[in-house]
Amino acid sequence: MSQPLLEVEHLRVEIPTRRGVLTALDDVSFAIAPGEVLGVVGESGAGKSLTGAAVIGLLEPPARVAGGRIGFAGRRIDDLADPAMRRLRGKEIGAIFQDPLTSLDPLYTIGSQLAETIRVHLGLGRAGARRRALELLNEVGIPAPERRIDQYPHQFSGGMRQRVVIALALAANPRLVIADEPTTALDVSIQAQIIALLRRLTREHGTAVMLVTHDMGVIAETADRVAVMYAGRIVEIGAVRDVVLRPQHPYTAGLMGAIPVLGARRERLLQIDGAMPRLGAIPGGCAFHPRCAHAFDRCRSERPELLPAGPSAAACWLHAEADHG
Amino acid sequence: MASEAAGQGRRPGVLRRLADSDLFWSFRRSPVTVAAAAVTLLLVLGAVLAPVVAPHNPYDLASLNLLDARNPPAWDESGDWSFPLGTDDQGRDVLSSILYGMRLSLFVGGASVLLALALGVGLGLLAGYAGGWVDMLIMRIADVQLSFPAILVALLVDGVARSLLPHERQGDTALYVVTLAIASSIWVQFARTVRGSTLVERSKEYVQAARIIGVHPVAIAWRHVLPNALGPVLVIATINLALAILTEASLSFLGLGLPATQPSLGTLIRIGDGFIFSGEWRWILLYPAIALAGLTLAINLLGDWLRDALNPKLR
Amino acid sequence: MIAFILRRLVQSVAVMLTVGCIAFLLFRYVGDPVNNMVGQDTSLADRALLRQQLGLTDPAALQFARFLGRAAKGDFGVSYQYARPVGEIIAERLPATLELSIVAALLALAVGVPMGVYTGLHRTGLLSRLVMAFSLIGVSLPTFLIGILLIVVFSVELGWLPSFGRGAVVALGWWTTGLLTASGLKSLILPAITLALFQMTLIMRLVRAEMLEVLRTDYIKFARARGLPNRLVNFGHALKNALVPVITITGLQLGAIIAFAIITETVFQWPGMGFLIVQAIGFADIPVMAAYLMLVAFFFVAINLIVDLLYYAVDPRLRIERGGGAYGL
Repeated sequence: MSQPLLEVEHLRVEIPTRRGVLTALDDVSFAIAPGEVLGVVGESGAGKSLTGAAVIGLLEPPARVAGGRIGFAGRRIDDLADPAMRRLRGKEIGAIFQDPLTSLDPLYTIGSQLAETIRVHLGLGRAGARRRALELLNEVGIPAPERRIDQYPHQFSGGMRQRVVIALALAANPRLVIADEPTTALDVSIQAQIIALLRRLTREHGTAVMLVTHDMGVIAETADRVAVMYAGRIVEIGAVRDVVLRPQHPYTAGLMGAIPVLGARRERLLQIDGAMPRLGAIPGGCAFHPRCAHAFDRCRSERPELLPAGPSAAACWLHAEADHG
Repeated sequence: MASEAAGQGRRPGVLRRLADSDLFWSFRRSPVTVAAAAVTLLLVLGAVLAPVVAPHNPYDLASLNLLDARNPPAWDESGDWSFPLGTDDQGRDVLSSILYGMRLSLFVGGASVLLALALGVGLGLLAGYAGGWVDMLIMRIADVQLSFPAILVALLVDGVARSLLPHERQGDTALYVVTLAIASSIWVQFARTVRGSTLVERSKEYVQAARIIGVHPVAIAWRHVLPNALGPVLVIATINLALAILTEASLSFLGLGLPATQPSLGTLIRIGDGFIFSGEWRWILLYPAIALAGLTLAINLLGDWLRDALNPKLR
Repeated sequence: MIAFILRRLVQSVAVMLTVGCIAFLLFRYVGDPVNNMVGQDTSLADRALLRQQLGLTDPAALQFARFLGRAAKGDFGVSYQYARPVGEIIAERLPATLELSIVAALLALAVGVPMGVYTGLHRTGLLSRLVMAFSLIGVSLPTFLIGILLIVVFSVELGWLPSFGRGAVVALGWWTTGLLTASGLKSLILPAITLALFQMTLIMRLVRAEMLEVLRTDYIKFARARGLPNRLVNFGHALKNALVPVITITGLQLGAIIAFAIITETVFQWPGMGFLIVQAIGFADIPVMAAYLMLVAFFFVAINLIVDLLYYAVDPRLRIERGGGAYGL
């Protein structure tokens, strides 16, 4: 692998509350190579979106980075001062949010929102910014952009708005895009189009993507590698093919079982019993052990680290046992 | 605490349940609210018990002595401990006037809020239930009235009532006229809230079922609609109590409220305002003003807390 | 667009008619115009004749129409108290009240909006907390107490500013202004602050609450994620969105200033309409009350109309009609 674009090492995010400090992310490490698509999956509350927010430096107070290091293109960015971080946002790292209906300012035309972003990052004049905005709208597949550019967000459908959001995220041609559940709020029929658009554009521009989703299906068809998160930690990370076909962590296996496969003869979907623990009540040892069918004593007392397991890496004592035994 | 009470297997008493409730918990958590409650309690007690705790009876003209007029407060070198906060130009004890005045202010405030509550809840239920032109009429009146400030409505009702009543009886009727004027300026908020809850409840299935089996509308209103509207109505009542006291004080200050023979805090401040260019404002004006400000500030703080505590979403 | 304005106009006319009806009922039935025009010794026959001449025996609807017609021309009858046409008296007092109200409104906006923005952006700062605590006191203190307090400090103790009256005024046609003389300006300071303070705290709290609300929205987070400078996010996006609901309520509050002027004018013996109406109520001077009611209603309706148009100009969601007639009315 060449020099990674994004390097996250031992990231720890804490949320101080009245009843003590909650650890929302713990020892999260991963890397994204230039042009690579990393999928991040997990149930809601696993810390996927928080990881994305930490990378672009938009954690909402009181949440804060309490440890670890985030590197981007060879320089450390988690300790950057606000103005420096802001120059990175949008220019080097773009972001796409979950809900296109609420991501755009209702009081400005989409053209002026595109133009302000372009002007801030590319230093173009008024006319130049408008030309670039039209190109972008064209590129993301908005029909009749000359007419649409002067319309307000409420005049667009959900799918069209998400195309505008993608155009905004890619306006300055960033090297990395963090897409936080970009299709969750959309109609099922639109979801595939948006994912296809995102995949096409990022491939054309060589943009790396951190694709946060809880939809294993989207990951399987879009991502190069995938990180599976559970209760604030990465429990398995590896190439999509390996993780999907040969999951090493029982939790990943459970998630894979939860994807309906068309034409498969499985009688019913596998299910993981129980629910992910709340932040304040993460059990000791392996956080997954109360729901794990394979749990044994060590899982209850000692926390597993992310270790090589087959072609991937997994945080599970089953593999350590296998190595030893 | 809750599990302890449950563990004893007995239904805890009302006080115990109150002490365990979220409401009480949020109350104890906020020192400002506790202080506001203490101040309110102190002032209300002082007002209610005025005939017992006040050193003098300001209404008893026979006890006034002009030789005691314009005495400064007791800690002043020429002060006198029988008039702790000094006396006015008639020789009336300022502290006693404040206690009796607060009694009137609280009475007018409380009575007008209760009257507005009865009027507003009744009209709100009627509008919500009857619908059609009754609803339309009540709500249009409410809309028009709501676009004017309460003080203006109170002033006009007060003015009309004055024109209708014979001049020589105005002194005796002032208390009721002012109460009516203030009540008619604040009923709208109650009516709108209750109408809203009525519309919501009326569309619910169990209420429709109750209507179909012939439960009397009054019974439905009492059992289903009112309990749901209780929280907001309570918040509106608290916030409006402060507003009503202020409105009464403003009317009295303008000379259109309670007369000097029956002085509320507002009337006392009006009287004190006359001493602004002589040094006596330092007690004749200042202490009634502090009493009024303290009372309304404390009640406002309680109202704010109640609103936040009953609407966790707003926090 | 035109439909929207027409609808608002119809509503305004309806409000004016309602208020006119109340004013008419007051004028015609609460105060008896005849009793107040003639002496004690006028015979019943003369009174009846006068009634007929004045049209008081006509059908109520006709009288109401006549009342409205006269009101539109500024004719509200004769004041019981001054025995002069009400229109004349009010025209003398109007400039004082309007100057005071407008200066107070501008002051309330000029201070309230920036303070609201500041406390919204720096929610936990020391200055914000101080301002918030101060504003609660401002909301709880009645206007007249604030006025008295200012007089005690700045007129009585410090002797810097006059405590009553309007100072020297300059006549510009029928309009008199205190804004052109030093004593007029000095006299305006304390009343304007008194009148503005309550609205100022209200506007500030409202702007702050809306700013906090807007700063939590996705489009603000997205604007930050796009790398826009803070100034552009806070003022270009957050403030503009926060001001949309603020406009409506602020408009209503500014209308209320004219009514609250009643108290301020009494405290400072300001020779405006408020001072006049207090005397009128004490005197049961019904024609003055009826005229004042209609005039204040007119200001309210006019301000509301302007506010609606502003709202319309700011919020594109109202401006652009979607196809398919989603807005039924």
